[in-house]
Amino acid sequence: MAREACDKALVITVNGRRRAYKGPPFKRLLDVLREDFGLTGAKEGCGEGECGACTVLLDHAPVASCLVPASQAEGRRVDTVESLARSKALSPLQKSFMEEAASQCGICTPGILLTAWSWVKSGGSADPQAIREYLSGNLCRCTGYQSIVDAVVKTVRRSKKESLIRRQVSPHDYLPPRGGGK
Amino acid sequence: MARIAVGRSIPRVDADEKLRGAAKYLDDNRLPDCLYGVTVRSTIAYGTVKSIEFDPCCPWKDTVIARAVDIPGENCVAAIEADQPLLAPGRVMHPMEPILLVAHPDRNMVWQAPRHVKITYEEMEPVLSIEDSLSAKQLLRGQDNVFKSYLIEKGDIKKGFAAAEYIVEGEYRTPPQEHAYIEPHAMAAWVEKNGTIVVMGSMQCPYYVQKALKRIFPGGNIRVIQAVTGGAFGGKEDYPSMLAGHAALLAVKSRRPVKMLYDRAEDMAATTKRHPSVVRHRTGLTKDGKLVAQDIDVVFDGGAYLTLSPVVLSRGTLHAAGPYECPHVRVRSRAVATNTPPNGAFRGFGAPQTLFAVEAHWEKIAAETGLDPLKLRRKNLVKEGSCLATGQVLRESVGATEVLERCVKDSAYEKKRRRYAVLNKKPGPVWKGIGLALVHHGPGFTGSGEVMLASRAAVSLDRAGVVWVLAATTEMGQGEITVLTQIVAETLGLDPALVRVAAPDTDRVPDSGPTVASRTTMIIGGILMKAALKLKDKVALELGSFPTTAKGLECAGRRLAAKGEISFEGVYEKPPDIQWDENAYKGDAYGVYGYEAIAVDLEVDRTTYEVKVKAAFTATDVGRAVHPAMVRGQIAGGTVQGLGWALIENPVFSKGSMANNQFTNYTIPTFTDAPSLTLEIVEKPYSRGPFGAKGIGELPHNAPAPAVVAAVRNATGLLIPDLPVLPEKICHEFIRKKGRTQ
Repeated sequence: MAREACDKALVITVNGRRRAYKGPPFKRLLDVLREDFGLTGAKEGCGEGECGACTVLLDHAPVASCLVPASQAEGRRVDTVESLARSKALSPLQKSFMEEAASQCGICTPGILLTAWSWVKSGGSADPQAIREYLSGNLCRCTGYQSIVDAVVKTVRRSKKESLIRRQVSPHDYLPPRGGGK
Repeated sequence: MARIAVGRSIPRVDADEKLRGAAKYLDDNRLPDCLYGVTVRSTIAYGTVKSIEFDPCCPWKDTVIARAVDIPGENCVAAIEADQPLLAPGRVMHPMEPILLVAHPDRNMVWQAPRHVKITYEEMEPVLSIEDSLSAKQLLRGQDNVFKSYLIEKGDIKKGFAAAEYIVEGEYRTPPQEHAYIEPHAMAAWVEKNGTIVVMGSMQCPYYVQKALKRIFPGGNIRVIQAVTGGAFGGKEDYPSMLAGHAALLAVKSRRPVKMLYDRAEDMAATTKRHPSVVRHRTGLTKDGKLVAQDIDVVFDGGAYLTLSPVVLSRGTLHAAGPYECPHVRVRSRAVATNTPPNGAFRGFGAPQTLFAVEAHWEKIAAETGLDPLKLRRKNLVKEGSCLATGQVLRESVGATEVLERCVKDSAYEKKRRRYAVLNKKPGPVWKGIGLALVHHGPGFTGSGEVMLASRAAVSLDRAGVVWVLAATTEMGQGEITVLTQIVAETLGLDPALVRVAAPDTDRVPDSGPTVASRTTMIIGGILMKAALKLKDKVALELGSFPTTAKGLECAGRRLAAKGEISFEGVYEKPPDIQWDENAYKGDAYGVYGYEAIAVDLEVDRTTYEVKVKAAFTATDVGRAVHPAMVRGQIAGGTVQGLGWALIENPVFSKGSMANNQFTNYTIPTFTDAPSLTLEIVEKPYSRGPFGAKGIGELPHNAPAPAVVAAVRNATGLLIPDLPVLPEKICHEFIRKKGRTQ
């Protein structure tokens, strides 16, 4: 009964704010974010978890929100691109993307920023090949990827230098399961 | 002279909102009370509609249905001709052809509608390949299925072959290519209280859409607005006119706003692709490798309707002989009709297909004559004063030699060729190979195209002291907003932050022509420079000098624009010495050309024959890089798209319909497929381009594919003349070669 709303509201912590969603529990998290919560940063590029344009962080791990039913996010933490810039100022990752002109048409950018952010946050290395592997679930048709890799390398180097990263977690904690899409 | 804006990689004007996720792509805009439209499409390739039945179990009363009879004006999507209907009126020419439209308030319900419309057909034998079309057994168009043909002749081809020591023939094939912009097609339409039909969507050419809609809704007032566009690459040049017609038709019928959003599968199966091609070369050379004759035959598959095929074919034809000088050339070309969805514009617009053939053919020549492909290119490439196949003499800004030598040096090409030759004889898991290509690309419309477009663009000053750029040119990721800001800022001596670019809206901006053909920086940038100088002169005349501070501009705005913005328009003017004869196909096909050389360094797995590109080195003559970081972005993006076309993008067609219309099985390069890139910019300024700039958008897509073929030959000894170079093809070629030698 995917289309029937359940009586109980689902509570999801979105960008640090507890929000209630009342509607069909199998509605895609992507649609809940865009339609019910008005957060349109996550985009639908393919609807089958291939392109990564809809990537959000679910309890810090990147997921394709087009493949996640709302009920699966209940009681959990979801972070979208809207959470990256805390105020007027862009985050260090966003600044690096700006400096490297790493966003062209921009439709893949929110998803790539979130996957990249989970890499940086978890203490990922500045090795371009490792970054490419980690980001390989996000497609971009404009940039040829080079400028994005450069921007992430730059962010990692800066953050290590300024020791902005306090919580050290292995990046492998966030690696998507093999063959599991994102 | 130190520049304020041009030549500097300033932050992209659109970066902030895109990085925050705040940019509004079409579906991010809320339209109160809107309906969602879907298209019911043909499931056969060729035939006539016998009956249409609506499943009585469906609540059709909640829907709005639009058919061909609801079209108030002509049932056509006007482009070069008006042969493509907006909704198939009875005859179906290709799979996925729109037949009728359904709109419903629930976007999750409306998708089910097409399944409940039963259409029966009387099928006819379809034409599904270039060969079938040329055989003319089934006629789709005229007496020969040919949409358009061209002939270019220089010298006397017979004389050329008579003087040749070697004559080498080859045939080269390229597949369709899907644009795979990450934002699928999206369009919205509504009718204003005053009757104006407004369409807003993801598109490259607002004025093309307006022109098409004027024939569908004659006498109507039509306003077209571009939403933030999530990639296009040519895929959103002509098809948005179709989608806008559909959305507007449903909006007019329902009197409610309508959104039409394609999902990935529909987008891939229904919309345009790069034209598949078959190109044959017969080439005569002297003993030391000098070209004396090139006889080239080009055939493109246009699909079911004419759409843009004549102009795609034109560009393909004009680039077919490559950036080389040859005394005797003949190029014959045809675009033919098949029962597949119409093929359209895709970055390079016909040139990647014909340049693939001419460049890959050097490998065939090298194989048959024993001459070295690099030396052959050095001997024949164009220089200042060279004469192309159309008789065009290259007067300036010819960077072919520079880019080739730069690329050879950066990639250590010659050293690697020697090293790999030794390495590949030893046992190991892979063969290594490096291959070259040298290409050119003429930015701007072909021949007299720019004269016919007569593009306009304006620069204005408003009351608040803001300098506005007014152009219908669209941002689709290439960086247009930033580049035009830089050009106008530089011309006026202003900080780029003081210049703003108006969003393309046919009610606000003049017709600057389409955003295609690598023409924006060079052509529109040039027009805007002229417009900016007019504004500068006017302000200086009134105030004594043109202010360059925010405060000064505010003051100027208050004094001069109190009653409304003061606006100055520039119009394209053809440089008098550029001459083109459309009938004879002779003269200056393009005002200038950009040049690029690429070296692709790759490995072929000895067990699986999988090809892995390890690195690519490009050197590109862009005239002048207005924004070096974005120029590199264009080169990197085009290179990786070209590598995808060369190696992994493999559209499979079944009965004229794309069978692998998903990212799951039509794969485009990922972060790990793309190699690390070394991108060199070479600047040979063009006197007619703004600050010396030449167009750059398409050029990088021309180069990678033939370099891949050359590198695979270097690695394996096999020449694979049709794309994509799949492991299966390498495997078959090995088997074939073995069979022959045994």
